[in-house]
Amino acid sequence: MWDWLKQNGLSPKSFYRTSGLCLPWLTVLFLGCAGFGLIDGLYIAPADYQQGDGFRIMYVHVPSAFAAMAVYFAMAICAVLTLVWRVKLAAVCMSCSAPIGASFTFLALVTGSIWGKPMWGTWWIWDARLTSVLILFFLYMGFIALQSILAEQHYRDRACALIALVGVINLPIIHYSVIWWNTLHQGPSISQLAKPAIAPSMLYPLLAMIAAFFLFYLSVLFMRMRNQILLREKHTHWVREVVLS
Amino acid sequence: MTLFFSLVSYELRITMRQAFSWVTPLVFFIIVICLFPLSIGTHSALLSEIAPGMIWVTALLAVLISIGSLFRTEDEEGSLSLLLLSPYPLSVLVFAKIASYWLTHCLPLICVTPLLGFMLHLPALQVLVLCLTLLLGTPALCLLGAIGAALLVGIRGNGLLLPILIMPLYIPILIFGTSAVLAASQEQPLSAYFAIMGAFTFMSVAMAPILTAVALRMGVSQ
Repeated sequence: MWDWLKQNGLSPKSFYRTSGLCLPWLTVLFLGCAGFGLIDGLYIAPADYQQGDGFRIMYVHVPSAFAAMAVYFAMAICAVLTLVWRVKLAAVCMSCSAPIGASFTFLALVTGSIWGKPMWGTWWIWDARLTSVLILFFLYMGFIALQSILAEQHYRDRACALIALVGVINLPIIHYSVIWWNTLHQGPSISQLAKPAIAPSMLYPLLAMIAAFFLFYLSVLFMRMRNQILLREKHTHWVREVVLS
Repeated sequence: MTLFFSLVSYELRITMRQAFSWVTPLVFFIIVICLFPLSIGTHSALLSEIAPGMIWVTALLAVLISIGSLFRTEDEEGSLSLLLLSPYPLSVLVFAKIASYWLTHCLPLICVTPLLGFMLHLPALQVLVLCLTLLLGTPALCLLGAIGAALLVGIRGNGLLLPILIMPLYIPILIFGTSAVLAASQEQPLSAYFAIMGAFTFMSVAMAPILTAVALRMGVSQ
């Protein structure tokens, strides 16, 4: 079963075909979710009683922070597939995910700081959650730097997979040590911006936006992967056919 | 076990015969620490407050700058391939190399730390705690750095890539190392900090040599 999957389902060629069929649907779904989420979130949902309209940046901030972490975990899963089973497609997926994940992390940091200015009165505080997202950004940067400096394809994939795995083992440790450090160095800050009971009228657009971010990730990922596959398999027969047709 | 110790003593003999290779990180450490009072000012209260973080960050930089060349001479002269081909488990050989690296590059730094601590007006108890955290934490720094050094073994001009790659992984060690000294200054119990740093170091001892060996095999077979 696994061998069959590796031979047929996970081969670059069949992925190229399937992803080409999926891509328009993914894009349409993304546009639908994003359209619903943005219109509902920005115009229809009621303003927050405390934060007014300022809370609406949440509809970009929360999904991007969520996606930033999810993409790193997806990369770690791909890393295992690359190192253990040498699935070619997983290596492509991992290397194409990194820039997208880094952009999500950057977006989360920027929107968080824009949100922080009116709510906390400052662009940046050394809060545990902010700091660990910043460190996640550094992890992405290290991965991308390693990827860009290594020339040989096979070695680059395996080396990057190793670093992604080491990173994902360390991520929870870093997160909890930052929380500990934060509680030690400063008193209880405004970090507990918890939203225990969020009204459904605010929740649905948020869920739609999260879905939209994941669909966006998938469609951009597929586009990047298709490019990468054509580049990697440029000496094979089927790529010549695809490019020439 | 005998293999491990004979390899460590072999490495130590080599290092002792080229004094600059272990004196350079030490001098780097002392000079960088001396730059801080010159740039920030010499108020003893200020210095003693920032001294633990300063010493920790500088030790971290000293490790990061020198550990990139952990496998470089072996790679250049070709003995790295012999290590890979030897019948002994590569992770043991790698662990011996890291252990001797720690003995020659980190232990001297820890030995001069009390001196620097007193120069920065740090109270004796905090100096002691600082040295203990360095003793517990620097092995983990070396072990994690070795993974990066092994990954980049064949790459020239990797001076800044290794710090970018490895620095985020050092953050927990840095946090607990400096927090322990802070807790000592406030007379809080310290055992939790030492326990966590010890756990971190032992986890690195268990995992890093294996990962380093994997990375070395990948790098050499490319």
